[in-house]
Amino acid sequence: MSADRPDLVIQGLGKRFGATVALDGVDLRLPGGSLVCFVGPSGCGKTTLLRVIAGLETPTTGHLLLGDRDLTRVPVHRRDVGMVFQSYALFPHLTVAENVAYGLRIRGVKRRERLARAQELLELVQLPDVADKRIAELSGGMRQRVAMARALALDPALFLLDEPLSALDAKLREGMQVELRRLQRRVGITTIIVTHDQEEAMAMADLVVVMGDNRVQQVGPPLEIYRRPVNRFVANFVGRNNFLPARVVASDAVEVAGVRATVARDLPVPPVGSDVTVAARPEMLRLRAQAPAGPALRGTVSMVRDLGRAVETRVRVHEQELVVSGRGGFAEGDEVWVELPDAGLVALAA
Amino acid sequence: MSAPAARPGSAPAPASAASSGRGDGPWPHVLLAWPTVALTVLFLVPLGIIAALGFFRRIQAGFFEVAFVTDNYARALDAFHLERLTVSVVLALAATLVTLLLAVPFTFLLTRRPRARQVPYLVLVLASLSLSEVIVAFAWSLLLSRTSGVSNLLVAIGVMDAPASWSPGLPAVLLAYVFIALPLAVLSLYPTFSRLDQELPEAAGTMGATPLAGFVTVVLPLVRRAVAATGALVFIFVLGAYVIPQTLGRPAQWTMPVQITDQAIMKNHLPLAASLAIVLLVVSSLIAVAIVALGTGRWPRLALPRRAR
Repeated sequence: MSADRPDLVIQGLGKRFGATVALDGVDLRLPGGSLVCFVGPSGCGKTTLLRVIAGLETPTTGHLLLGDRDLTRVPVHRRDVGMVFQSYALFPHLTVAENVAYGLRIRGVKRRERLARAQELLELVQLPDVADKRIAELSGGMRQRVAMARALALDPALFLLDEPLSALDAKLREGMQVELRRLQRRVGITTIIVTHDQEEAMAMADLVVVMGDNRVQQVGPPLEIYRRPVNRFVANFVGRNNFLPARVVASDAVEVAGVRATVARDLPVPPVGSDVTVAARPEMLRLRAQAPAGPALRGTVSMVRDLGRAVETRVRVHEQELVVSGRGGFAEGDEVWVELPDAGLVALAA
Repeated sequence: MSAPAARPGSAPAPASAASSGRGDGPWPHVLLAWPTVALTVLFLVPLGIIAALGFFRRIQAGFFEVAFVTDNYARALDAFHLERLTVSVVLALAATLVTLLLAVPFTFLLTRRPRARQVPYLVLVLASLSLSEVIVAFAWSLLLSRTSGVSNLLVAIGVMDAPASWSPGLPAVLLAYVFIALPLAVLSLYPTFSRLDQELPEAAGTMGATPLAGFVTVVLPLVRRAVAATGALVFIFVLGAYVIPQTLGRPAQWTMPVQITDQAIMKNHLPLAASLAIVLLVVSSLIAVAIVALGTGRWPRLALPRRAR
């Protein structure tokens, strides 16, 4: 976004705790000024990676560069990062304003000056009236904002957030996602958010880093991750997917249960003749009462759930159950055709 | 009490159910009263006896007789004993300070480690707590002696030219005080430190605080109550020791407990020993309260019932 913000480059980063591997050969380039989400199931190494970037953990191997500055051995207090911890880690013995101004106090900024700056930051996170309150007097959502204001107080080179929204209830969380995104646009600081919630990552990030099994599985913009997962782990973790066994019959086509269907373009397809798994999103499948012109699989409706914004229909096809999301209109026991999308299937190594 | 109400199939018996639901009886009260009873019988009554004993008249070459004389308290507050009292308090305060300077960082670093790794340290700390003052005093007097002490080891490895005697003396007394007080202090600080959110000092670090600055500005303010309470505990504990100053100290380090023992056991002057004990008790209580007040910033409002409401 802003040209003066340097990229964060991670090269061959590894971290072990005793015999346990927490991070295994991570290579990443995060563009300066962007909002990046590290997403993955718990224990995948995403928080460790964030803590290594913050300087709270020392990597076992590899390098960390911010522009041409090597951060690998720089201790946390000289690294110029702002961090929001999962517990928020606000100081209970200080007031809200003193919390926000803590970093300025450490730098020796005069009291009046730093409290004025704290007030500015509190206004930035839309909490203009809580400066003199104690942390214990604030709600969870307010603490969240105070933690963000505090992390931004020193105008850091990197803004790091560890599961920042996980303690909030669903409604508040959605509001905060939007607000966090706006805040990040305004300050323009390179931001990394760790989350286990893939929807949250999709909703906020410029760039999503999907992690699994202590390594990076895929990096890309949210839509690319969603539409073009590179492996079964990503296809399964991000959003919902139907998986079907298939065989590659051409450079752009597979055969699924005797039906020939085209696969997504601009994705590498395994060589002709190999067995693969194809992934199809529930909303990419269509239900038809009559056999359509395109490729389709015949099956029986086994369950219908009306979810409000869409109807989820489960269809038994051979030995498998496919989930289709759409307008519905079918009842349990109906014989239907599940139409496969044109160039929408993703072929993954089986 | 038993079976019928709970037996399946049988009709419920409301009366017995009601009585068993309430069924506490007098026992909880009796058990809960025990600390009060113990405090009264084993502490307040003897304390009253000692306070009274201080006013009794000593009989030369005998024991004492019941009377009301103020000579003993007057002697307990004479120049010699006030000097001993000052020495005792200063020594105990110095030992408390050194103990806290060691115990606070030790406990902080200990509680930063993974739980499982803390256990061996805690076991060692508890084990050293089981050593009595007598054992500690005599062990150190050997370890610090010229003939068989650690200075011989230092000579053997070439650090020193000749073995030296480091006991008796002020350093020996302080060393032994700190040695017996340290495990007590660590155990007293441990619960507060292990409840401290690990992310708080980390957060201070991300905002530019060095580990030391983070410790001083974030950790210490959050644990100061526990540190103050531990200080008071260590102070009282050390002030009551008498084998250590007697064994490892020169006459200059003989504290009030040494004087009390001397009067009570050697000189058979129980009324003076009793009045010395009362003086020591009053002074040490006041100082312990002052230590807690200093640490928490709150002074107890004792005899000031100025309630405006």
